[in-house]
Amino acid sequence: MTDNKLLEVEHLTMRFGGLVAIDDLSFNANKREITAIIGPNGAGKTTVFNCLTGFYVPTEGRLTLHADDGPRLLERTEGFRIPRNKGVARTFQNIRLFTGMTVLENLIVAQHNRLMEASAFSLAGLFNLGKYAKAEKEAVEKAEFWLEKVGLYAQADWNAGNLPYGSQRRLEIARAMCTDPSLLCLDEPAAGLNPRESAELNVLLQSIRDDQGVGCLLIEHDMSVVMQISDHVIVLDYGKKIADGNPEAVKNDPAVIRAYLGEEEDDELPPEVAADLHLDPKAQ
Amino acid sequence: MSAAFASSRTNGSEVVKELAFFAVIALLMSVMLLGVETVDRPTGLELAVRWDLVLIAIGATVIGRLGLIFRRENISRLGQAVLITLSAVAVFEMFVRFRELDDRWVSPVVLDMAFGSVVSTIVGIAFVAIIFATAYFTMKDKTAADVDESAKLSSKIQLAYRSNTKKIGLIGIIFFIIFPFIFGEDRSAIDLATLVMIYIMLGWGLNIVVGLAGLLDLGYVAFYAVGAYSYALLSQNFDLSFWLCLPLAGIFAASFGIILGFPVLRLRGDYLAIVTLGFGEIIRVVLINWYDLTGGPDGISSIERPSFFGMADFSRRVPDGAIGFNELFGMEYSSMHRLIFLYYLILVLALVTNFVTLRLRKLPIGRAWEALREDEIACRSLGINPTNTKLSAFAIGAMFGGFAGAFFATRQGFISPESFTFLESAVILAIVVLGGMGSQIGVVLAAIVMIGFPEMFRELAEYRMLIFGAGIVAIMLWRPRGLLSFRDPTILLNMSQKEKVAGEVK
Repeated sequence: MTDNKLLEVEHLTMRFGGLVAIDDLSFNANKREITAIIGPNGAGKTTVFNCLTGFYVPTEGRLTLHADDGPRLLERTEGFRIPRNKGVARTFQNIRLFTGMTVLENLIVAQHNRLMEASAFSLAGLFNLGKYAKAEKEAVEKAEFWLEKVGLYAQADWNAGNLPYGSQRRLEIARAMCTDPSLLCLDEPAAGLNPRESAELNVLLQSIRDDQGVGCLLIEHDMSVVMQISDHVIVLDYGKKIADGNPEAVKNDPAVIRAYLGEEEDDELPPEVAADLHLDPKAQ
Repeated sequence: MSAAFASSRTNGSEVVKELAFFAVIALLMSVMLLGVETVDRPTGLELAVRWDLVLIAIGATVIGRLGLIFRRENISRLGQAVLITLSAVAVFEMFVRFRELDDRWVSPVVLDMAFGSVVSTIVGIAFVAIIFATAYFTMKDKTAADVDESAKLSSKIQLAYRSNTKKIGLIGIIFFIIFPFIFGEDRSAIDLATLVMIYIMLGWGLNIVVGLAGLLDLGYVAFYAVGAYSYALLSQNFDLSFWLCLPLAGIFAASFGIILGFPVLRLRGDYLAIVTLGFGEIIRVVLINWYDLTGGPDGISSIERPSFFGMADFSRRVPDGAIGFNELFGMEYSSMHRLIFLYYLILVLALVTNFVTLRLRKLPIGRAWEALREDEIACRSLGINPTNTKLSAFAIGAMFGGFAGAFFATRQGFISPESFTFLESAVILAIVVLGGMGSQIGVVLAAIVMIGFPEMFRELAEYRMLIFGAGIVAIMLWRPRGLLSFRDPTILLNMSQKEKVAGEVK
């Protein structure tokens, strides 16, 4: 299965001053699979995404993306270059759309680099030469494809900020997909969605995986999404990986249950403190 | 609702309290501004006290406030109209006294003026009637239907404007093209139109940086200065013609835009504004102090005037080897020819700025500017290089500033650092902001309001600044986001522009 690897994270460590947000984390994500990263709040999930997409430079570790044209070291790539040429696209926990622009414009901005090349850095575009006109037409077609896919075709000319919340989430995914990524990072895509909307989201993500052949990395708290669609689950707690496997295995892993539900009080206390407590009946 | 409102605030003591409060405010404000005057006497400067002005100011405030109370509580239509008119007359009296009268305790000047001649009587009656009528007829019990009606009207106007932007723009362009034919002989009209057109061009140039890319630039005048000095120095030292220097001035200004852009890339909002302000001042200070190159505060004089595309000259005494413009076209010599030519030159430059901006908006670079204005982090996550995108906005905006600067130098024939103070930057920025960020027609309107009106009403002396200030306050109150602050989408899929606007204004 080594040739199926899409993303390889090796010994990733991220420190902010004295705080260790991620501690020696290693995992792989495969092509055509949805890999979920779960964990309690503050476990370092979003920090992993920020390292992958170039918003943070990791303190230590190596992040390799096995794209079609060979491996790329993400930690050495400038942030804005990571999404280029079938790279890594992402969505944000708090939606970051261009709210004043229309839905269609949001999707066209996502295809900036290809259009920029076609417009010869605006010179050809200024006079609307054939090559640019063709590229723009293709960009609109691609946008239309994704609008159909996320069910926003009728709202294409609305301002993105006027869309309802669930549609904004879907639009953000469509926008990320318009960059033609080989890895899509989704930061809590189901947050704030009602059950029907999250069922739709499941269908969309499965289609991105199966029809587009794009690998997904998913941060999610909604277990109905995680357990239904992910092929592979990684559990983080305090920046460390505590479990790694298929959803069923992870669900029953005692370490995971402990991280989410906590331990029995007796186990957690140091033996001498526990002994003291038992001696003093009032403390119980 | 109005009944509940009225009952709480109409009892006598409340009204007296309110009036007393405003009287005190009027006293505090007028006592230093109006009440005290320095007078040059043989014994030296002395303070003269003008209680008459203070009394009139307080009186006008109290009467006006009482009128507003009547209006607020829907008491008596006639009463409030009379009170407001009285107050307006008192304000007028105060101004006339302040400017014309040194003698203090004389009968009201307003009366003298009103009965001075037939014309002034008519003007006076008209003035009073207009204020009275406005006050009388605008007081109405506002019902929900009325509010609805006025909202409908404003959305109708908006719909009409936004779905016909192109036509309105075209009419504007035609008006500016035929302008010299209408006012061809009026030197001051052409001069004023040229001045307004320079500011329109600067506004359009700055609009790229501020309106589209959302980078608040308080030092735009620096690029204007770079353009002007580039032309002046190249023309004087290397004897290059205006037509060759124009693109060079643009290139120089654009490179200064990039030089400024680099250090400020990480800054945003207030911080960016302060650094750009500093940059504008640096350029000015360098121009003042680099005496050998720029002539320092003396400036550069007798800058070469532009020729008719290198074919003919506009001077009365044509230099050897050149032909005059009038000879070329077989006309009488007129000094207006050059002015009209300059007017058309800046018109063409401004229109080029406009069309390039409109086109760039629909190109990936323009969309990236707008996206960057909305959310820089999202842009990075989509593979847009924020550095290059910001620098391109700075460079292109600066380039148009440079063109305008070169034109300014050739029009004036003399430039000095005094023309490039911070005030100029502030005026250009005000034009962009008042016009509505990103709106091209808004910039034209704002430039006419900001530059044209104060010049047109120069005879009104100090009052024009007062009216100007009132106008700015009015815009802030009723259109806080600028006169025409609408964003039109760059591309539409399944709606027409009209449908889109109709959906938005509702």
